[in-house]
Amino acid sequence: MEIQVNGKTVQLEKEIAVAELLEHLRVEARQYVSVQVNGLFVARDEFLARKLAAGDEVEFLYFMGGGSRSLSNEQLERYSRHIILREVGAKGQKRLLDAKVLIIGAGGLGSPAAMYLAAAGVGTIGLADFDAVELSNLQRQIIHATADVGKAKVESARETIATLNPDVAVSTYRERVSAATIADIIKDKDYDFIIDGVDNFSAKFLINDACVLLKKPFSHAGILQFIGQTMTYVPGTGPCYRCIFPAPPPAGTAPTCREAGVLGAMAGIAGTIQATEALKYILGVGELLTGNILVIDAETMEFRKVRVAHNGNCRVCGDNPAIRELFDEEQPVCETR
Amino acid sequence: MSAENIAAFVDITDVICPITFVKVKVALEDIDAGELLAIRMNDGEPVRNVPRSLKDEGHLVAAVERRVDGTFTVLVRKGGNQ
Repeated sequence: MEIQVNGKTVQLEKEIAVAELLEHLRVEARQYVSVQVNGLFVARDEFLARKLAAGDEVEFLYFMGGGSRSLSNEQLERYSRHIILREVGAKGQKRLLDAKVLIIGAGGLGSPAAMYLAAAGVGTIGLADFDAVELSNLQRQIIHATADVGKAKVESARETIATLNPDVAVSTYRERVSAATIADIIKDKDYDFIIDGVDNFSAKFLINDACVLLKKPFSHAGILQFIGQTMTYVPGTGPCYRCIFPAPPPAGTAPTCREAGVLGAMAGIAGTIQATEALKYILGVGELLTGNILVIDAETMEFRKVRVAHNGNCRVCGDNPAIRELFDEEQPVCETR
Repeated sequence: MSAENIAAFVDITDVICPITFVKVKVALEDIDAGELLAIRMNDGEPVRNVPRSLKDEGHLVAAVERRVDGTFTVLVRKGGNQ
């Protein structure tokens, strides 16, 4: 007998059911197929019972098509709390899975940022850090565990991410970011967003300059004692870090973590905000901390958004920028970890 | 059942809240506005909550039919309630 399937004639030796037809035609991913016979939808539980007769017109179509990545059942479950958000949905989740975020510094800020981004299903995460895990890191650098002391931070972090979410591909760069290396690291995977999780001023300025020159958005954050600050730079909108802080502070004037100490959970607050900004940027949701610097005081639990403007005289993103090539600022104070 | 073409079908009788709604949302994202999605769901929590959530998200619940096996078929028109 002859039937029509998706407008084409198909010869059948005997009367068969819809389920058998799909098998006969070697239709892949049959659980994602919707079937109509003579213009009427056939429910899945009727696939076996619904026999096809000569002359029937069968139409089947995939409803998870579109040529893009489709989410597996496991991913639907893993990311269900994202997908039910109107602002995310499956499209947004796929965007996260396709996104690439580079985290420079796998320490206090980078730890929570990396873990939330990994948990969120950001498909590619780059980690750049030269250091090895030390016991004194564990008070705040929650991606590392006691057994990791002595291990390269990027390796320890990679292992934690792997246990958290197998969807994430991790690229590691065990190098000190410098004017000589940072552009290659950013270009390696053409990262979409960069997180500044470093603890020294020279690297903070370097990340800023690199992101401005390479036109990459990034999140800056810094923490000290019970306070923190964070802002987001997006090329073409709002100020960069150098608009607000033109140069590192003079030697000896800026306290460092080592000198001043930091409440471990402050790193969690600031790093988690950085992850949130990265997710919002990728998803195109809400308002970023561009043109605003968020100042956090954990003692009073005051969160204050301070408006900051683009500086036309900025040395890197101003109208006549003096900085056209990357360079390393002198680190005015001792290196911290 | 309507003779109008149904663009997609999703069966959520094998999952529980919130995966029920997750699967529906995914199916809706893959069809065009104005098209119909048929959803097979269980009685009880799904049939009470899923159609309501769909209305909240701006879709039109075009039909709710009880099937002989006690499950429901809900027809939804994407974006039909905006």
